[in-house]
Amino acid sequence: MKRKLRDLPPALLMLVPSLGLLAVWTIYPLVRAVDYGHKACDISVRNCRDVGWDRYWTVFQSKEFQDALLVSLKLALMTVPVGLVLGIGLAVLADKQLKGIGIFRTVFSSTVATSVAVASLVWFVLLQPQVGVLADLLSGWIPKLKNPGLLNDSSTALPAVALSSIWASLGFTFIIIMAGLQSVPRDLYESAFVDGAGSFRRFTNVTLPMLTPSILFVTVVLTTRALQAYGEIALLTGGGPQDTKATTTIPYLIYGNNSLVHNDIGIKSASAVLLFLLCLTFAAVQFRGFGKRVHYGN
Amino acid sequence: MATDTVRGARKFGRYSLLVAVAAIVLFPIYAVLLQALKSGADAFDHPRSLLPVDLTFDTIRSAWTAGNLGKLLMNSLFVSTVVTIGVIVTSLLAGYAFAFLNFPLKKIVFAIYLSTMLVPGEVTVVINQRTADSFGWLNTYQGLIVPSLASTFGVFLVRQVFLQIPKELREAAALDGVGHLRFLYEVAAPLSRPTLGALGLFTFLGTWNAYLWPSQVVNDNAHRTIQLGLERLKTPNDISKFNLVTGGLVVAALPIFIMLVVFQRQLVRGLTAGAVKG
Repeated sequence: MKRKLRDLPPALLMLVPSLGLLAVWTIYPLVRAVDYGHKACDISVRNCRDVGWDRYWTVFQSKEFQDALLVSLKLALMTVPVGLVLGIGLAVLADKQLKGIGIFRTVFSSTVATSVAVASLVWFVLLQPQVGVLADLLSGWIPKLKNPGLLNDSSTALPAVALSSIWASLGFTFIIIMAGLQSVPRDLYESAFVDGAGSFRRFTNVTLPMLTPSILFVTVVLTTRALQAYGEIALLTGGGPQDTKATTTIPYLIYGNNSLVHNDIGIKSASAVLLFLLCLTFAAVQFRGFGKRVHYGN
Repeated sequence: MATDTVRGARKFGRYSLLVAVAAIVLFPIYAVLLQALKSGADAFDHPRSLLPVDLTFDTIRSAWTAGNLGKLLMNSLFVSTVVTIGVIVTSLLAGYAFAFLNFPLKKIVFAIYLSTMLVPGEVTVVINQRTADSFGWLNTYQGLIVPSLASTFGVFLVRQVFLQIPKELREAAALDGVGHLRFLYEVAAPLSRPTLGALGLFTFLGTWNAYLWPSQVVNDNAHRTIQLGLERLKTPNDISKFNLVTGGLVVAALPIFIMLVVFQRQLVRGLTAGAVKG
């Protein structure tokens, strides 16, 4: 006990910088958003009145939020499984002792450092309908690339955004799965080989179970990224095309320039809190669902 | 002899597959890079645009001037450097307190830290933008920097690595009259250099690449970061200037790709710290 009290002053001094910052920039805004979520304020936010906690339910049920929720979920559904399968494919392909394999590994990880702005604008250039290289080269197969352009058609805009996100996350997924693969003990493969397991059986019965921690981690991160997609929407479609809202995700509904609720702090806060709950629920479900199947070795 | 041929064919097959897949992954970067290195109609003359001929720096130069990219690069460099140093310092201090000191409510305080990791920036920005406004921090460097100076992930990482340092080392130093800060600076931090390197690299990349927060606190040329500047080069309605954005993309991505090549090992180490063996 004495020791505890003796350490208290230095501990306080050392914790104050980070604790202060977290209090002001993470804890306070969360508490404040929860509070604003049940208030109606004028534009100056000086005059607010309580509208009751069922405001959250009203916002959740509103057409704008439901539409945005659906777009966010669709984006997650388009990006997570495909991104995961591609990442595993690349990692398995690069997990061989070959001359020059390091170059391929660098190439496969290369998108890890691209920002959301860079990745989105790269695809914006490639997909431009009049002068983009993909429009010119592939419009024979996919006429929509040229007319009206994938990002300008309400049925293809979200898949095009997903394409950009999958590409941007590929490097990250590859690195994590690759590290997972390399931590699989080689003698497991050898004993499976001795037992007569073919390469497909070795993949499904040895590799995949040993990869579950990495797969869980990637799934949670990719889902969170999809649910939090803002920059790619702002730069690629502005939530549209035009006023269709076909790509208005929840974050874009909250922060987008032409968002309906741009000036309403109450609805913005309520939407942000609902987004937080959504992310938490997804992470919890994924941890629980995977939980029993994750194999952490020893 | 026969098995040699089979093995050779297999190897050839594997390399062909690797090359084909690598070409697909790299295609977006390659196409945009070459387009940036062409000017005028050459940039849009597909598929000839994909051949490395008639290369020029004209487009990159025009983008540099039109987008004021030199200033924006300096803004990004300044903000990212200060945030990186700040995060390392605050993480070292808090990590040390959690690893080496005993104080009341330690477990609860640590739980509070951990729980903030669950709160995504997308949720707090609504209010943080108003806080920054009330401090008079819109369109300032403080607004870009201060909210990012503490990282729970950093505190957690530093604590993890400090817990591996034998307690006896600290006790011996204490007997010699070495204070906490000196022990942290002269012993604990140097022993944790690889972890601090990874943390610094991540913080730098994350700050350099940030989009949402900067887009909500700054909108003037004096403070805009390079990520925000790219958007302003995008002119969807003026095809004659359309290629400027590729020039901007090369300028914005080049420093990061150089870092990626130089620090690849640290990056992989940092990324996988949380993933393998959870």
